Amino acid sequence: MTALTGEGFERDVAEALLSADRAAAPDWLDPEGAFRFRLYRNNLRHGLAGSLAEAFPVVRRLVGVPFFEAAAGVFIERQPPRDRMLAAFGGAFADFLSAFEPAQSVPYLADVARLERARIEALHAADAGPLDPASLSDLGAQIVAARFTPHPACRLVQSSHPVLSIWQAQTAPQPSSVPLREGPEAVLITRPDLELQMVRLSMAGAAFAATLLQGNSAEDADAAASALDSCFDPTPAFRTLLDAGAFRALRDDRHYQTNLNQGSGS
Amino acid sequence: MIPCGTLDRAPWRTRTGNRLPVAAGAGFKFQHTEEVLSSSGPVGWMEVHPETYMVDGGPRLRILDAVAARYPISLHGVALSLAGEAAPDRAHLARLKALVDRVDPAQISEHLAWSDHGGVYFADLLPIQLTRATLDRVVRNVERTQEYLGRRILVENPSNYLVLPGAEMTENELLIRLTERTGCGLLVDVNNIYISQSNLGDRSVGDVLERARRYLDMMPGDLIGEIHLAGHSVDPADGRDLLIDDHGSPVADPVWSLFEHLIARIGPRPSLIEWDTNIPAWATLTDDVSRAGCVLDRYRFVGRSVEAAQ
Repeated sequence: MTALTGEGFERDVAEALLSADRAAAPDWLDPEGAFRFRLYRNNLRHGLAGSLAEAFPVVRRLVGVPFFEAAAGVFIERQPPRDRMLAAFGGAFADFLSAFEPAQSVPYLADVARLERARIEALHAADAGPLDPASLSDLGAQIVAARFTPHPACRLVQSSHPVLSIWQAQTAPQPSSVPLREGPEAVLITRPDLELQMVRLSMAGAAFAATLLQGNSAEDADAAASALDSCFDPTPAFRTLLDAGAFRALRDDRHYQTNLNQGSGS
Repeated sequence: MIPCGTLDRAPWRTRTGNRLPVAAGAGFKFQHTEEVLSSSGPVGWMEVHPETYMVDGGPRLRILDAVAARYPISLHGVALSLAGEAAPDRAHLARLKALVDRVDPAQISEHLAWSDHGGVYFADLLPIQLTRATLDRVVRNVERTQEYLGRRILVENPSNYLVLPGAEMTENELLIRLTERTGCGLLVDVNNIYISQSNLGDRSVGDVLERARRYLDMMPGDLIGEIHLAGHSVDPADGRDLLIDDHGSPVADPVWSLFEHLIARIGPRPSLIEWDTNIPAWATLTDDVSRAGCVLDRYRFVGRSVEAAQ
């Protein structure tokens, strides 16, 4: 037991809290204090693991509670929260899982975590009315050159695993025994008002959406999609994005205007 | 009913700037949204943790707006880290201010604790050293907070599990000096006092209840703007039945008796039932709210005459 000075107090407590050693405690505590210090260590892990469990319920179901809590404990020690809004905690959890050795036997786990994280982000994103399709009617053929601002709650998750099918099977009231589809899946997540919506996109549809959501023109998006699927039809793909509320507004920046003028041939 | 004007001139109101009704309130949980918005029953006001609502948009803020339209709101922060070495985080203060502007709370409160170090947020109320240096830090941080928000806050006494060496004053002294230097008020958590006296109290002085009553008796009534009540649990692991402040059960009998002891002396105050884990049915929570309300009603006139005599 060494003397406690004001200087090192917070630092000593912080180090012991984040230590992987279960018996860690500041060395200025007496043995009873050191034993009781575990309350703070447990509370930190229990509280943050609870926040992660709320944000990643399907990941938790897929791996089981003991595995999830162990993984959460390691994650908390390696990447403790830096933000006081716990709704924001777990932004790095999917990347952590993809590199977490004990989770390698579940290859789709990190992508399911990405999907759950995207849902949380969409849920808490700024409220905004989606782009009104009627506002595009004046554009006519110029629509191919139009660019869009994404809706603040719009997220796109692309995976080489059937993430949406897995998510749906795990959250269905009656767990389904239907074998999962195989192969890649892409999901568009939107929240035009209060309810989250998810739409499954084809690989070409996802390339089309990704290109548009990055602020490129519909023409560019069509090119990106057609490279994956020569039969790709941009019209219904665009309608799907519009109906889901993927866009906030038509962009009217100078770059867009230039393209629009070129598109109109004047 | 006592006319509001009478209550508004009570010294504790003037001292703390508190606009909460002198009634029992409840901590708001999303599980109870439907009941809370359809009938208030015995619940006179609602308390929320602002951190839960520090999001850009979505259903949480919509629910908060609906609750705030129906009840007076108390914002009870858990993350300002008032006793921390670092000054309150500017971005966090800005988000708190945005919520204050949004719901116009009748009261704002925080804890005598710290929760971040080196940029890491520990999501817990960590214990403080009872030193002059700590007092200076809390004074500085409370001043910054009150300046930024443009209003006074209440500071809550912690639940204690550890004796930290080097104490230069008691917790009562630190809290009272804090109010003298910053103009802030006190939120007295009766459950925390019972827990702390049970876990750490000087065992040569009376029993737990006796020690807790002494602590309460040292708190000047005019400084107290709000009272918290909650359940606790027993952790037998260290063989000394450590009490844990888990807010997961009904308020325990000794805590009720301490609450009544306090109200009999200082008169009624806005009093909250907190229930944050093992969240029960709304009716179970409101049983405790009603019980707290009955205690307040019993001392309404006693309290007034006590205040008037002071």
